[in-house]
Amino acid sequence: MYRIVSRYFVDRNAKYLVLVCASISFIILAAIAIFTLREGLPAFQQVGWIDFIFGTEWRPTLDKFGIAPMIVGSLAVTLGAMILAIPLGVGCAVLLAEVAPARVRNLLRPAVELLVGIPSVVYGLVGMLLVVPVVRQIGGTGYSVAAGAIVLMAMVLPTIISISEDSIRTVPRRYKEGSLALGATHWQTIRHVLIPAARSGIVASIILGIGRAIGEAMAMIMVIGNAVQIPASLLDSTRTLAGGIAVEITYAGGLHENALFAIGVVLFILIMIINSFALIAMRRGREHT
Amino acid sequence: MPMKQVLKRLLFIAVTSLLLPSLLTAGCGSGGLSDTVTEAGSTTVQPVAEKLAEAFKAENPDVTIVIQGGGSSVGIKSCNDGTVDIGAASRELKADEPNLVKHLLARDGIAIIIHPANPVTGLTREQVKEIFAGKITNWSKVGGENKDIFVVAREEGSGTRTAFEEMVMGKELIKSDAILLPFNGAIITAVSNTTQAIGFISFGYIKNSVKTVEIDGVAATVENAKNGTYPIVRPLYFLTKEQPTGLVKKFIDFCLGPKGQNIVAGEGYIPVS
Repeated sequence: MYRIVSRYFVDRNAKYLVLVCASISFIILAAIAIFTLREGLPAFQQVGWIDFIFGTEWRPTLDKFGIAPMIVGSLAVTLGAMILAIPLGVGCAVLLAEVAPARVRNLLRPAVELLVGIPSVVYGLVGMLLVVPVVRQIGGTGYSVAAGAIVLMAMVLPTIISISEDSIRTVPRRYKEGSLALGATHWQTIRHVLIPAARSGIVASIILGIGRAIGEAMAMIMVIGNAVQIPASLLDSTRTLAGGIAVEITYAGGLHENALFAIGVVLFILIMIINSFALIAMRRGREHT
Repeated sequence: MPMKQVLKRLLFIAVTSLLLPSLLTAGCGSGGLSDTVTEAGSTTVQPVAEKLAEAFKAENPDVTIVIQGGGSSVGIKSCNDGTVDIGAASRELKADEPNLVKHLLARDGIAIIIHPANPVTGLTREQVKEIFAGKITNWSKVGGENKDIFVVAREEGSGTRTAFEEMVMGKELIKSDAILLPFNGAIITAVSNTTQAIGFISFGYIKNSVKTVEIDGVAATVENAKNGTYPIVRPLYFLTKEQPTGLVKKFIDFCLGPKGQNIVAGEGYIPVS
């Protein structure tokens, strides 16, 4: 009797428990959003929205707050990282899901998953000591968009690989069997059946990767030089939005601090846009299958 | 018996959450308001101030000293507001900043550092200024190899950068495409890994992996800073709104006294007495 009652009790109240969990995470998100907006608003008002977002000069000590170079910098390193990471990541995912024998897969997969756990400051340090000197051989100081893109590529690869692999793996078995039965080779099946069928998952993995890349601060600070300028080439130094906040927040006060929070607002909006693309991509994928 | 476990755990959580606040307040409640000194400001001063506070607490166990960072500007502002008892600044006060009582705690030299393989051994202050302003861009102009100069600097707002700008740059600005790194450690790593780099750093952070440059023919050593020949030396101040009294005075006197100054020297800064 006791057991039955208690089971009903748990059953009836479990939904409240999960409701509490869900509302706590929602409250935290709302609190962060409201706080960032409230702290950032004075900067938007005093500098002006247009001047803040399109201004090219950032000199906090002279009260000049223009974040266009940081927006361009963020987009440049993210785009560069994606151009490198997408072919590598999808290729690796195909290998793990379709080509590699079980033994190789059992070795590679944990290695890829381990990459996710490495703290970003370690990526930054390795980038500073390995990638920057290599880029310097090509030209410039080495602290550059190119170095940032290479380090970011390494950081987003695990996301792209593991989600893409899962989505290739979950393509219904009959698709592959049907294709092979029609006489297509394994490679033709991968290219024309499996990858298109897993497209939504692959796209989602890419967009999640972009989200991670654009928010990365510590690793970027250490390899891109942080000069506030619109980079003219891949070998030029630049600053990202997230890096810009992290570089200056310890010393900022007054309007300068508000301006850093305002950068946070811009970053927040950018990431929200990217995440809604991810949602749309995933939803569209579901309609296809 | 999963339900029993859940209940047990809930009970545990309930008990600890009831006890925790009382434990926390018990820790704070012992010291009255008059037994607390608060300090905030320069992050260069912060580590020394923490050591000083520790030593002071060892002698006066029932006193609480709160040391916070924030930067020199924050230190000046919050001291003037009265939000802290003592402000800390690692630079001179500007003309438009409030007039506070300054207590010279220590001096700190700023060294110009280059890669150990760079043949340059000395620069004039004018040359350093022109390099950081972007007017001299090749090492051959200052007696080095025919290679581009990579300028490495701290981020805007840093006390070390502000002091460097005041003492070396004057009205000139550090060039906008300089490599900016937000920590002293990162500056050392960057310069020690780049043969063409030049940077600046507080004396307390100098490592063997970089070479310090003689400025106007004077080596960057604590002795030269102490006897006044090394030109790039900044003051580290404790600030109070009025002449200090009571516990604040006792703490500042301790810091400026022989024991405090020993700690200051031990941290790599230049004692004032």
